[in-house]
Amino acid sequence: MMDCFEAEKVISQHRNNAIVVTAETCCREWPQLSSTPLDLPSRTAMGKAASFGLGLALALPARKVIVLDADGSLLMSLGSLVTIANMAPPNLIHFVFENGVYRTTGGQPIPNAGKVSFTGLAKASGYPYTYEFDKLDSLEKTIETIMNQTKLTFVCLKVQTRRDPSTLPIPSAAQTIARYSEFGKTAGLS
Amino acid sequence: MTTQQTHLTAARVLGELKQCGVTHIVWLPDSEAGFMYEAMMSQHEITLVPICREGEAISIAAGLLVGGKKPVVLHQNTGFFESGDSVRGIALDLKLPLLILLGYRGWRGDVPATDSAATYTVPNLDSWGIKHYLIEGDQDVARISLAYKEAQKTHKPVAILIGKEYQ
Repeated sequence: MMDCFEAEKVISQHRNNAIVVTAETCCREWPQLSSTPLDLPSRTAMGKAASFGLGLALALPARKVIVLDADGSLLMSLGSLVTIANMAPPNLIHFVFENGVYRTTGGQPIPNAGKVSFTGLAKASGYPYTYEFDKLDSLEKTIETIMNQTKLTFVCLKVQTRRDPSTLPIPSAAQTIARYSEFGKTAGLS
Repeated sequence: MTTQQTHLTAARVLGELKQCGVTHIVWLPDSEAGFMYEAMMSQHEITLVPICREGEAISIAAGLLVGGKKPVVLHQNTGFFESGDSVRGIALDLKLPLLILLGYRGWRGDVPATDSAATYTVPNLDSWGIKHYLIEGDQDVARISLAYKEAQKTHKPVAILIGKEYQ
């Protein structure tokens, strides 16, 4: 297993000018790695980051959209895998950080932890490209290929979180609105 | 003078949405709005985004809105109950100017509803502070534009309830 934050670092180093949608633990950690108008938190309703990312990817087909999702979060809206695969935006990369627990609530296990194949679910839902990594160096070797994929892509990262994310601030609704507005101006939408 | 009651036709509903500049309909079929499907599929101005469960709809619409598009949501009132956390945390907290069209299951006009889906719909919308308008026939479709504009102006979700009289 790789460290969650180290995996986020690898993604941040290779994102170029992609839009990054964050959920759950990544929502708290990502601002330590990046703070640009292209970083969009999705934390005000649980389990909806990938759906939000789908909307963005459909709206902005010329922009790469990266979703940093979590296993517990995805389980809350598992049908979204099928919805996303049906629309199949080629500019969307859906990362799922699989730590097997609800980290933000104290580390309780997700249902059937360790026995669910999120990559298998994505593949069976119709994602054209799927990857799974449990070692950081494997991710590092493949990340450029992933970022350059020209079809909808799913990446499961088997991670552990060494620090307690609850000590990190989470964006409020007002901060999220401000960020979305800033994004619109940067992207020339408003 | 009385207004003549007509059926609700898909072409008129779609025409009204197009007039609003709507770009995407995020939808799940239901008995009340299912009549829209063929009409939606036979045109290319508005993109249809089918979903598996209603709770996905508002977050997809939020992404589209943040990305500069003009989506609406279309599903049944039962799905609105399913979408509760998204209504709260996304549509209301993030002040989305979003039109939500809801198939009004259980609506029987002036006859008291016996289906709890209808019984709880308006009280739920009212408790969220979401304004709502009823459309039952083509004579009512102008309310779609009215509701759409209201959502844009107030930066809040506004609902259209689709009664069962359609063709």
